[in-house]
Amino acid sequence: MRAEVVLEVRNITKSFPGVVANDNVSLTLHRGEVLALLGENGAGKSTLMNIIYGLYHPDSGEIIVKGEKVQLGSPREAIEHGIGMVHQHFMLVPVMSVVENVMLGIESTQGPFLDKRAAAEQIRQISEQYGLKVDPYAIVEDLPVGVRQRVEIIKTLYREADILILDEPTAVLTPQEVEELFEIIEALTAQGKSVIFISHKLKEVLRIADRITVLRRGKVVGTVRPEETDEQQLAEMMVGRSVLLRVEKPPREPGMPVLEVDDLWVRDETGHMAVRGVSFRLYAGEILGIAGVQGNGQTELVKALSGLKHAEKGHIRIAGQPVTNLAPRAFYELGLGHVPEDRQHDGLILSLPIKDNIILNTYYKQPYSENMVLKHDVIAETAKRLVEEFDVRTPGIDTRAGALSGGNQQKVIIAREFSRPIRLLYAVQPTRGLDVGSIEYIHRRLVEKRNEGAAVLLVSTELEEILALSDRVAVMYEGQIMDILPVDEATIERLGLLMAGVRDATRTAQTTN
Amino acid sequence: MADAKIANGAPPTRWQRFAQAITIPLLAVVLAMLVGAIIIVIAGANPLGGYTAMFRGALGTARGLVRTFEKATPLIFSGLAVAFAFKAGLFNIGAQGQLILGAIAAAYVGFAFEGLPPFVHLPLALAAGMLAGAIWGAIPGALKTFTGAHEVITTIMLNFVAINLTDYLANGPWKDRSPGNIVARTPAILPSAELPSIGVVPLGLLIAIGMAVLAWWVLANTTFGYEIRAVGLNPAAARYAGMSVGRTVIASMAISGLLAGLGGAVETLGIVGRYQPGFNTGLGFDGITIALLAQTSPLGVVPAALLFGVMRAGANQMQLYGVDAEIIGIVQGTMLLFVSAPIIIRKLFRLRAPEGGEEVVLSTGWGSSG
Amino acid sequence: MPNNAMTMIRQRVSWLLVAGVVALIFVSYGATPAVTTALLASTVRQSTPLVLGALSGIFCERSGVINIAIEGMMLMGAFVGFLANVYTGNLLVAVLAAVLMGAFMGLAHAFMSITLKMDQIISGTVLNILALELTGFFYQQGLTTQGKLTPVRIPVLADIPLIGPVLFDNPPITYLSLVLVVVVHILLFRTVWGLRTRAVGEHPKAADTVGIDVIRMRYINVIIGGMIAGLAGGYLTLEAVGSFERAMTNGRGFVALAVMIFGKWTPLGAWGAALLFGFANALQTQFQFLGISTIPHQFVGMLPYLLTIVVLAGFVGRARPPAAIGQPYEKE
Repeated sequence: MRAEVVLEVRNITKSFPGVVANDNVSLTLHRGEVLALLGENGAGKSTLMNIIYGLYHPDSGEIIVKGEKVQLGSPREAIEHGIGMVHQHFMLVPVMSVVENVMLGIESTQGPFLDKRAAAEQIRQISEQYGLKVDPYAIVEDLPVGVRQRVEIIKTLYREADILILDEPTAVLTPQEVEELFEIIEALTAQGKSVIFISHKLKEVLRIADRITVLRRGKVVGTVRPEETDEQQLAEMMVGRSVLLRVEKPPREPGMPVLEVDDLWVRDETGHMAVRGVSFRLYAGEILGIAGVQGNGQTELVKALSGLKHAEKGHIRIAGQPVTNLAPRAFYELGLGHVPEDRQHDGLILSLPIKDNIILNTYYKQPYSENMVLKHDVIAETAKRLVEEFDVRTPGIDTRAGALSGGNQQKVIIAREFSRPIRLLYAVQPTRGLDVGSIEYIHRRLVEKRNEGAAVLLVSTELEEILALSDRVAVMYEGQIMDILPVDEATIERLGLLMAGVRDATRTAQTTN
Repeated sequence: MADAKIANGAPPTRWQRFAQAITIPLLAVVLAMLVGAIIIVIAGANPLGGYTAMFRGALGTARGLVRTFEKATPLIFSGLAVAFAFKAGLFNIGAQGQLILGAIAAAYVGFAFEGLPPFVHLPLALAAGMLAGAIWGAIPGALKTFTGAHEVITTIMLNFVAINLTDYLANGPWKDRSPGNIVARTPAILPSAELPSIGVVPLGLLIAIGMAVLAWWVLANTTFGYEIRAVGLNPAAARYAGMSVGRTVIASMAISGLLAGLGGAVETLGIVGRYQPGFNTGLGFDGITIALLAQTSPLGVVPAALLFGVMRAGANQMQLYGVDAEIIGIVQGTMLLFVSAPIIIRKLFRLRAPEGGEEVVLSTGWGSSG
Repeated sequence: MPNNAMTMIRQRVSWLLVAGVVALIFVSYGATPAVTTALLASTVRQSTPLVLGALSGIFCERSGVINIAIEGMMLMGAFVGFLANVYTGNLLVAVLAAVLMGAFMGLAHAFMSITLKMDQIISGTVLNILALELTGFFYQQGLTTQGKLTPVRIPVLADIPLIGPVLFDNPPITYLSLVLVVVVHILLFRTVWGLRTRAVGEHPKAADTVGIDVIRMRYINVIIGGMIAGLAGGYLTLEAVGSFERAMTNGRGFVALAVMIFGKWTPLGAWGAALLFGFANALQTQFQFLGISTIPHQFVGMLPYLLTIVVLAGFVGRARPPAAIGQPYEKE
């Protein structure tokens, strides 16, 4: 029953300075099958796929495509061998149309000029054949994320790829969009295409894959079939030990409302209204999770709630004090701690040493400065103490923040924000891109803050994380809060519908609690 | 592959950092002089003799030393102006305009305010220069903050506006009406506004060095300096941390302009004695080279500017020796090239890139300040 | 930090500018047809180096490289074109020399900003200063040339009142600049080259993943940009003035950047913007011609520079530059 092998990877090794990303990795892919590549962040999945797509060159090992040993020096050569890749961060030019994006690199022409009509016609044919609906003349930046992903798939099919690599394709989708994607994948494999599906999500992998190859720290741990395994086993293979999927926490003891938001409206960078009338209360001693697909206004909401963005309308109160459209410092003065979404861009100054990053939002206060003069000795002492207390792995406090690993950078931020007296905490995507060890550490710290009585707003696109930590779950869709559910009522199915904009008929009137 | 990053080894000590910091500029100077020597040879002269004449002319006699100090003084100021703005992530190409406005403002106070005692008149004239420079520097800062207009273009445009403005003043309302004068210039400043010398050392040089130390101290040890560095290295993080990025940008540009304006005032009151258009061209651009040669460190500006002072002061002797003095421009331009493309030097000498320490981060693109 | 009120002010300012200029043309043509014709003809010629400079910027920036070195490229082109004219007496050779020098400057900028990954603004500034020093070093006073490029009258068309003398009685580089505006516009938006150039400037990694050589595209575009800036320099010494002066570009390269931004990085838009700036320059010369002395000439002289600042302040926030501008491309 086995179909022919279309792709074989043999003994690939690839090192970067300081780390072996792929260590003697081998795998095979058959015609018409979905092979899932499972592993946690940093396990080497993306490196391996970039090698197969010709973006990286392996130190050793070989790649065999349809029985022929190949050297893939560039994406162009990979494309010529029928390999196509849908990157996690889409490789689309936002200001260009679908047809321009699809034809880029293999443009159809008429004389010296571009022939967009011919390309659009071809796109329509592909759309029909695989059920990938899209308007060829739409501008990419106007399209929803799910449709952009379809454009990426069309791009590979337009180049006649029969081996498709999908790198974390579900990260940006709602559960319903994920289902649609799976249907597309099934249509593709039914017509003889082969798919490599990269993910760190166990449920999805079990649902879609024909076989699952697990990577850990650059090595292949094993290959299993979904019907022979379960989540627990896969998790252990992935991490190398058993994983605590749920965080233990005492029952919620809600106190006074710490953050009160009423009818908040905020615009995004391009001037579109990204937050449209959001209202909620956040109480002391609870974690309120904000779930939702990325780009539904969460970023703008948090920025407005910390003074980083102008609110067009509405009111924000912290501990009863009105703070709407005050400067960020006013929010900090009232006891806000903020673990920002983009830690390298917003949370740290990478070219400054750890000790200077530790005082980033307290530098002007006692004991770090007096009469505008910095007290370097106090700063150094504090930094030393916090590095130890928060387990930041670093040669010293004079090391630049940019030289630390992602997990340790996040720990520097947590050390800074948690060591101040705070009553309110925003944690936005606090574990994105981190290894399991760091994730567990950060989860524990967040729950500790809650238990100490702080009000915690957790924004995450990972439903697992939201469900593991939150006391209540709010779902954001197109700038609105669809509903707020107690965590024990928040099932994946219910949240999924809310994330897709379908309001639960049984609960409607309680959106403003 | 964020997790692939591993901090290797201990961060460098203070001395290692210092050695790292001066390696590139030193090699840049040596290489540029070498390039100059090659051109001199091609031009048919003796480079060794030419350079010797230059150094002897600039350092060998008391008069030469005075000239060197006089040439170096405004260069310290313009270098400081550029370096200070760099710290805030701003590229001030407009030191020239700020400097000449400072010069003419000081000249005006110097010739127009009669009957003041020196200890009032001189500080007043210096303050006028600082104020004029600060205002001219603050404008591009405000434009950047409120409209996103990039300071590289606005500062250079303001140079041309300043040239026209001072030209108008020196030809019109503030013109020297004394009989026999036909050129554009202001009257001579009154003796009570003159900036004296202490032996061979002009007081202006001491002020310049004092400002360099002050600028260094403010950047390293005050909360304001910390804000400037944060804004310069990562404006997004500075905003997140609760700093006012706009205020810091405007203040940094104002201080940058103030330093340049003070340089113009010191030159007017201490050397030229009046304002005369075209007297101090090129100081602004030299300030860029000096600031980069100093690796944007205010303290480093002093030796870098002194080197430029030597070259300018010794140019005459070089010319007399038979080497075209314009070669200095080429040497300085080559220095700028090498020091701003350190990778060339690293490749040539097989040096490793430094791992610790702050980097010069310059704003890119035409967008707003962050 | 754009907000609503700011955008409104910006829009009003720009419309006022355009409306004011048009009204001025009609009023003055009614009053003094000869002066107006001369003013507009001068506008077109004054706009030539600006539109060429802007095209240079468009080539570079559309592919993702900031070109602040237009000034230096122009100056070197002007100088080398002038020297070639002095020594060969052949104007065609001289123009080619200016273009070639520009190409060399483009190559230097490409090498520093693409290969060495230097900060592109620093790289451009280095070139500007080097151009100033080099032309200063090699320039000798007293060199004379055998003539300059003269207007070529296009029969029939040149006889149309107002438009004829303004558009169809110009010297060659001015004609060439008008042709280039159209050609570059088509190249950029209708051809494979243009599509790839824009892709490389917006999202180089996306271009790379479909097999486009980002580095090569950027190099070629920056070199072409240099050639056009060199041509703009050639205009100054070979068509407008006929001789070389130190620092004769006088900030035109920077004004050209404002022209490019005002024209939203499109050739046709830049042409419109260049006319506006050309008009400001023309006013200056015409005022001097007519001996109007109520306004000191220094204030009229400030006009193009102030206009540049106004344009930058009003338009940078609104017009969107290519997304990847200023960032060197790292292949990971």
